[in-house]
Amino acid sequence: MSATAISLPRLARHNPLAATGAVLVVTFVILAVFAPRFAPHDPAQIDLPNRLQRPSSAHWCGTDELGRDILSRLIFGSRISMMVGSSVVAVSLFLGLVVGSIAGYYGGRLDRFVNMIVMNAFLSFPGILIAIAFVAFRGPGIFNLVLALSLGGWVGYARLVRAQVLAAREREYVEASRALGATDFRVIVRHILPNIIQPVIVQAAIGMAGAILAEATMSFLGLGVPPPTASWGSMLNDGRAHLFDAPHLVIFPAIAVMLAVLSFNFIGDGLRDLLDPRSRIEVGL
Amino acid sequence: MALVEVRKLTKIFPQGESIFGGAAKGEVRAVDDVSLDIESGDTLGLVGESGSGKSTLGRLVLRLIEPTSGSIVFQGQDLSAASHSKMRRLRRDMQIIFQDPFGSLDPRMRVEDVIGEPLVIHEHLSSALRRSRVAELLRAVGLDESAVRRYPHEFSGGQRQRIGIARALAVHPKFIVADEPVSALDVSVGAQIVNLLTQLQRDFGLTYLFISHSMPIVRYLATRIAVMYRGKLVEVGPTDQITTQPQESYTRSLLEATPEVAV
Repeated sequence: MSATAISLPRLARHNPLAATGAVLVVTFVILAVFAPRFAPHDPAQIDLPNRLQRPSSAHWCGTDELGRDILSRLIFGSRISMMVGSSVVAVSLFLGLVVGSIAGYYGGRLDRFVNMIVMNAFLSFPGILIAIAFVAFRGPGIFNLVLALSLGGWVGYARLVRAQVLAAREREYVEASRALGATDFRVIVRHILPNIIQPVIVQAAIGMAGAILAEATMSFLGLGVPPPTASWGSMLNDGRAHLFDAPHLVIFPAIAVMLAVLSFNFIGDGLRDLLDPRSRIEVGL
Repeated sequence: MALVEVRKLTKIFPQGESIFGGAAKGEVRAVDDVSLDIESGDTLGLVGESGSGKSTLGRLVLRLIEPTSGSIVFQGQDLSAASHSKMRRLRRDMQIIFQDPFGSLDPRMRVEDVIGEPLVIHEHLSSALRRSRVAELLRAVGLDESAVRRYPHEFSGGQRQRIGIARALAVHPKFIVADEPVSALDVSVGAQIVNLLTQLQRDFGLTYLFISHSMPIVRYLATRIAVMYRGKLVEVGPTDQITTQPQESYTRSLLEATPEVAV
């Protein structure tokens, strides 16, 4: 298995974009986890005399319209992005795995119902619209936000998993396991899912980028995490009014969103290349 | 009483089924009104050309696919009436060896997990006991014990087929369907597997349904031969009778089509 082991210097040579993505993601995660250590100021501390200051040595990214330190708010905002992003991916992935496995494995009428009616119904709405409706209905808050974004996100995973399971259930080792007397649960969990999980992981990495972007969108619309909690989307919204007189209010959170989304997309692309069956045959698996 | 009694077994595959669940446009009678008995300790060779329904019949007998009509009685128990959970319990007495040694082993499982799986399903053994049973099985099929920690892709076709046989033997079945177990292998490797199967039959008291399109192998291995053509059973009888005095013209043409090769 050593031929497929990932080492950063090797990765940097073969796929510099994926390596950049990995480094950035690790940085974001560390910033998020240890936000209170890294943030130079309290992200919620209002300092009206120093409002709308341009970047300086005291405030590296300047201050916003209430005089709060933008860098500190960005660092604390990464917590929301990472937490919401990973929770949304986890919840949608779980739903997608369960629904997709059942539809793909059992097939027949159940599959036709799930695939043609339920999935297409969800796909016919833009995910963000479902999320907006859901939050408008249930009220804002981080829990509702995660649920709302998962509601639109699970279908993509379910469709992918269904298609993969549909192909995998015809494999002979699956029939062999059924011939041994394995339960359907065992066949799915022990034989089918481990063999189809790679494209799902790729989709999850790219889905992480989408979820971060969606969280920023929701917060920008005021449907995300309620203030004063810092979130990149709400920072963009707050800075909107000062786009021309104090553009740093918008530029820095926008760069943060862009970097986070790009890094997860790079990782997703890199994983796809790494797990490509054609490249895997070369290393003998 | 025969170990396996197949009565009027029919499997129809619908063709061109509408995605809206409407009536199918056509149908394929893969297995058509087949009745046969397999006696305990026998090897019934099932021969026929590609697409004649041999493999479908083999899977129907194990109820890996559901029959359209007809019945299968195994050890006096009607399989077609068995519930799913009862069927799972019955499976320890009936096993299958697959044609493709590359597709029939889960590529993500180590050999010890592949062979140990039937033991996990049917016998609740301690992991140490299970490991010793797996080692025993590996020896029985002529593989080294060091194979346990390795993955299927590290083995050759013949070795993988031996792993598949060890898996089928793990819970001491009485009846094994061998679905063209040697047709994907080299002739010499195939002969080794055939010899292994005969030896295991003696050691474990197995009954085989041996599916093949190769008349010489079936003649060598089988005590009785059944000939299939287009889903129908054309002729059944003792090996000598079928090979020396075939009654049906299809059986004759099948015998004439195979060169006389000593196996």
